[in-house]
Amino acid sequence: MTVRRPVIAVVLVLALAGCTGRDGPAEDEVTVLAAASLTDALTEVAAAYEDATPGARVRLAFDGSQRLASQVIGGAPADVFASADAEQMGRVLDAGLVEGAPAPFAYNQLVIAVAPGNPHDIDEVADLREPDMAVVLAAEEVPAGAYTAQVLAQAGVELRPQSRETNVRAVAARVAMGEADAGIVYHSDVVATGDEIEGVDIPPPDNVPVSYVIAALHDAPNPQGAAAFVDFVQSRAAQQLFPPHGLRATVW
Amino acid sequence: MSDPTATSPPPAGVRPLAVVAIAFLVVPLLALGLRTPWSTAATLVTDPVVTQALRLSLTTSVWALAVATVLGLPLAWVLARVSFRGRRLVRALAVLPMVLPPVVGGVALLLAFGRRGLLGAPLEAVTGVTLPFTTAGVVMAEAFVAMPFLVITVESGLRSMDHRYEEAAATLGAGRWTVLTRVTLPLVAPSVAAGMALAWARALGEFGATITFAGNLPGETQTMPLAVYLAVESNREAAHLLSFILLAVSVAVLVRLRDRYLGQP
Repeated sequence: MTVRRPVIAVVLVLALAGCTGRDGPAEDEVTVLAAASLTDALTEVAAAYEDATPGARVRLAFDGSQRLASQVIGGAPADVFASADAEQMGRVLDAGLVEGAPAPFAYNQLVIAVAPGNPHDIDEVADLREPDMAVVLAAEEVPAGAYTAQVLAQAGVELRPQSRETNVRAVAARVAMGEADAGIVYHSDVVATGDEIEGVDIPPPDNVPVSYVIAALHDAPNPQGAAAFVDFVQSRAAQQLFPPHGLRATVW
Repeated sequence: MSDPTATSPPPAGVRPLAVVAIAFLVVPLLALGLRTPWSTAATLVTDPVVTQALRLSLTTSVWALAVATVLGLPLAWVLARVSFRGRRLVRALAVLPMVLPPVVGGVALLLAFGRRGLLGAPLEAVTGVTLPFTTAGVVMAEAFVAMPFLVITVESGLRSMDHRYEEAAATLGAGRWTVLTRVTLPLVAPSVAAGMALAWARALGEFGATITFAGNLPGETQTMPLAVYLAVESNREAAHLLSFILLAVSVAVLVRLRDRYLGQP
C-alpha cells in the first residue's frame, strides 16, 4: 500500500498536466477547417506556409463542408474555414462568423469514377442508369452531393444510387474497393485515389463549376494567423501547388 | 446472501463523486429532452425521413434480434455447458464485437462479405447476391454487434442456475429435449429475456458498422442513427426528435429490465 500512493500521485499529476484545456494557441498556430476534397492540396499548402512563416504551425481538419460549417456555427475554435461551395460558407456568413469577405481560391469539377479500365464502358452520366449498375453518390447535404444533383438535373438523368455517403472521399473509396461500380466524385478525388479508380469526364453543358471559398473566422483564436493563411492560400506560391492534385487554381 | 446496501456508510468522497457521475450522465439526456421540438413533433413525425428511418430501424433490429437469438442461444449453451479445448478463446471471440469499435466491425464485415470479400466475392460469383447496400446487410451489421450481449447474459444465467432440477427431471425419465423445454428454458427465461432486450437495444442503436458495411440510403439502409447523423446538418429538428425517440426506447428497455442485466437470476 505504501508503495502505491506515490505512483498514484504521479499518475494524477501527469494526467492533470495534460488537461490544461485551451490556454490559447501555442506560438503561431492556425486551425483550418477544410472540405474533404482539399485534403492533399491543402496539406501541401500548409507545409509551404509553415516553411514561409517561421514559428507558424497549421492544424488541419478535413470533413464534409456541411459538417464543418455546423461545427463553426456551434462554436468550434477555428481560425479559417475553406468550403467546397458557397452555400456552406453562406451558412457561416449568415451566422455572422466570417471576418472580411470569403474569397474563391480553387476550382474543381465533377467526374464519374469507375474501376480501372472502365469495365462497364461508361461514357456519360446517362450510362449510370444501367439496371445492374451499383452507383454511389454523395449525400445531398454534402456540397459534392448538391453539385451532383445539379449535374443530374442538367443531364435530365434520374439515378437510384445504392448509397449516399457523408463525404465525397467515401464515394471514391466505395468505387476503389469495388463495392460500387461507379460514383460521381471530384476530379481531384480521382487524382488522389491513384490507380484504384479512373475518371470519366462529364462534358459541359451538363457539368457545373465547383469553386472553393476560404475565409478567416470572426472568433478566430489567432486572427493575424488566420488573415495571413487566407492571403497565403491565394498567393502564387500556394496556387501553383493545386494543379498537381487535380484542382484548378486562379489563373495567373 | 446479505443485502450489500445495509452496511456502513461509504468512505469520504464517494458520495460527492457519485453525484458528479450522475450529473455527467444525466445532464446531456435532460438537455436532449428539453430541446426536443415538442411543438413541431406532430408534423415532424410524418416527415418521410423520420418515418422511413423509424420503420427501417424497427424492422432491421427485430430481424437482427432473431438472428442473434437463433445463433446466440446455442452458442451460450455450448459455452456454459460443454467443455472443449479453446473454450476461453471462443468465448473471447464471441464477446469481441462488444468491445470492438463498431466502425472496425463494419470494415471487417466488408472485408468478409463485401463484393471483393473473402466470402462475398464467391457469393456474388455463384449466386449474384451482394450484401453491402442492402437491408440484409443492415441486419448482419446489427446482429454482429448485438449477439455478444445475448450470449454473455444467457451464458451467465445458465451457469448460475441450479442444476438439480434438471438432474431430477432426468432421473424421473425425461428425455434431453423435454428437460430443455420444460425445465431449463423456464428457469433461464429471465436471463434470455434480459439478453434479448439488451441485444435488441444495441441493434437499434448501431451506427458505425451499419454505415460502413451497408451504406446510407433512405428507406433501404438509413436507420435512425444514420438519419440523425445526416439530419444534424440539414434538418436539426428531425435529428433532435429521432434522438429523443432513441433515448426514450433505451430508457424503457433498461427500466423494464430492472437490474436483471446485472446477472441476477
